[in-house]
Amino acid sequence: MTVETGGATTVAPQDSELIQLLTPEGERIENPDYPLGDVDLKGMYRDMVLVRRIDTEAIALQRQGELGIWASLLGQEAAQIGSGRALSPRDMAFPSYREHGVAWCRGLDPVRLLELFRGVTSGAWDPEEHKFHLYTIVIGDQTLHATGYAMGIQRDTAEDEAVIVYFGDGATSQGDVSEAFAWASVYNTPVVFFCQNNQYAISAPQERQSRVPLYHRSRGFGFPGVRVDGNDVLACYAVTKQALRAAHEGQGPTLIEAFTYRMGAHTTTDDPTRYRLASELEAWRLRDPIERVRSYLARSGQANAAFFEQIEAEAAELGARIRAACRELPDPPPMAVFDHVYTGANAILDAERADYEAYLDGFEEAAR
Amino acid sequence: MTNLTLSKAINQGLRRALEDDPKVMIMGEDVGRLGGVFRVTDGLQKDFGEHRVMDTPLAESGIIGTAIGLALRGYRPVCEIQFDGFVFPATDQIVSQLAKMHYRSQGKVKLPVVIRIPFGGGIGAVEHHSESPEVFFAHTAGLRVVACADAADAFAMIQLAIASDDPVIFFEPKRRYWDKGEVDTAAPLEDALPLDQARIVVAGDDVTVLSYGPLVRTCAEAASAARDDGRSIEVIDLRSLSPLDMETIAASVSRTGRCVVTHEAPVYAGLGAEIAARVTERCFYQLEAPVLRVGGFATPYPPARMEDHYLPDLDRILDAVDRTFNF
Repeated sequence: MTVETGGATTVAPQDSELIQLLTPEGERIENPDYPLGDVDLKGMYRDMVLVRRIDTEAIALQRQGELGIWASLLGQEAAQIGSGRALSPRDMAFPSYREHGVAWCRGLDPVRLLELFRGVTSGAWDPEEHKFHLYTIVIGDQTLHATGYAMGIQRDTAEDEAVIVYFGDGATSQGDVSEAFAWASVYNTPVVFFCQNNQYAISAPQERQSRVPLYHRSRGFGFPGVRVDGNDVLACYAVTKQALRAAHEGQGPTLIEAFTYRMGAHTTTDDPTRYRLASELEAWRLRDPIERVRSYLARSGQANAAFFEQIEAEAAELGARIRAACRELPDPPPMAVFDHVYTGANAILDAERADYEAYLDGFEEAAR
Repeated sequence: MTNLTLSKAINQGLRRALEDDPKVMIMGEDVGRLGGVFRVTDGLQKDFGEHRVMDTPLAESGIIGTAIGLALRGYRPVCEIQFDGFVFPATDQIVSQLAKMHYRSQGKVKLPVVIRIPFGGGIGAVEHHSESPEVFFAHTAGLRVVACADAADAFAMIQLAIASDDPVIFFEPKRRYWDKGEVDTAAPLEDALPLDQARIVVAGDDVTVLSYGPLVRTCAEAASAARDDGRSIEVIDLRSLSPLDMETIAASVSRTGRCVVTHEAPVYAGLGAEIAARVTERCFYQLEAPVLRVGGFATPYPPARMEDHYLPDLDRILDAVDRTFNF
């Protein structure tokens, strides 16, 4: 038996089943199984550029001490915007903690994400308002929440609704993800499992998680799995659209493995030079999710220089807005630490709140 | 009034909740066709269907994780964890997700999930079937933790737990499932004692004995035995383990000046330690003796042929009562 000791991942998976509709060079490929109707590719380009700008700004804000930490999505824009745009307004999304692009597609102000990473809130947006659940940090837990939510959709006989849940390659090793696969399968729930395989769980490469390609995992549970080029926004869109359609039509769950690459660090606290080679990153740069769309749009005459300049200007404006908004986020008042633990009164907690308030008031009285 | 076993009283309470609110549903291992290994959910799937009384795959984290998803969708799941020792695979979903969602969302997400857990020993079971894990959950902010002790109260408490918008861990004393009591199944829920209040089971003047779940009956029996010796014990059933009803506890101990806490869970870092600290803070000048604790030892739950040594019984409780008079 040989013991693998990690190492470089394959840039292009050897699997012929990889679904790709736009090559890294920006060539359109037709696939009869995934016909593209009218798609707003310019809109997708715009979204990807804007969320990359959000990401760049957030990293800078962390370096300046304005954020405690940030989990970068650099390199995963196509997987998130493609799948996020495939959702209907009534579909529900359950993110992990890196789905800033999906948040963008669901209409969530990026400043709400900055609040979380600044430590002002734990991400207190209204999940139902945006059809976008709170970020989930414990790896894989949200796959069960998504499956349960989909069981609720079945009970409500709401055929026009489905659920998508995001998780990473590392999460596939978690028991909860296997449990979610089992439940979704036996109850045939309308849920799409969207795994962004960005090749690393912090430092651990994908081969530390699985001996088989991740999209094969669903086979043993009895539902289909597909692997898509996660850096191809059109393919991610088309494959997700089809999986959601199957869910809406009562055909049950699908696993999508979006084969992509985390071009940045795991978070701003991480140093990827300790576990991967610069050459690997360079190879993936040639597969950049945004550049291929730009090439295609320009070459096919769908967009001109003015369009690209306008998007750049929009990105600069967005960056300035969230930068300013982040710096202006006030710290919550001290007594807010006690809020919303329970839905109503709680004698023990209420007594602690009263004690602490009196303690703080003591300082004010002393200062008078 | 109907004479019901404790398990049947919970069954009747569940039935009423299912009738009153179409969003209430029951889920767990073997709760449907079989009616649960203790038959607490007997007959409910037949009457309410598989969508509302659901046999789940054998995966405790899955039960709680999907219950969270169902609650996000507007349902009120009542989950059964088959035995106390089997709750640990679900601990992450309970502690990291269920307990914290309301806080994290600043009140935008409510998770009215009830987790029923038969707990405690005394039935001669193999390992992992006799444990008392309540303190793990009492230590977790965001959960309500309760334990029922008799049929009449269990009938009301399960309905109150289901009606609560907070997640509730609902402990059922498994060795008392077959104890019978008079239950008024027609009584309106509004008249029931609120879920977060303790109740005086036996009134007394000389010493307060606090307990919950299976030992409430043991304490009442101890009070009877002590009465023959001319000693008046007040027995309080805590009912709510989080939050604690310190008003009822402190009022009693202030009168009696003595306090013994007993539970099957280990004494070390147990609920008795919390109660002793709070009673000391509240009743320092009324106390005639330190608060004493009687409970399980700092050992794993032992094999069944030794459990009588591990479990607090009438004599050990009375021994502690006696010691409070020797200070």
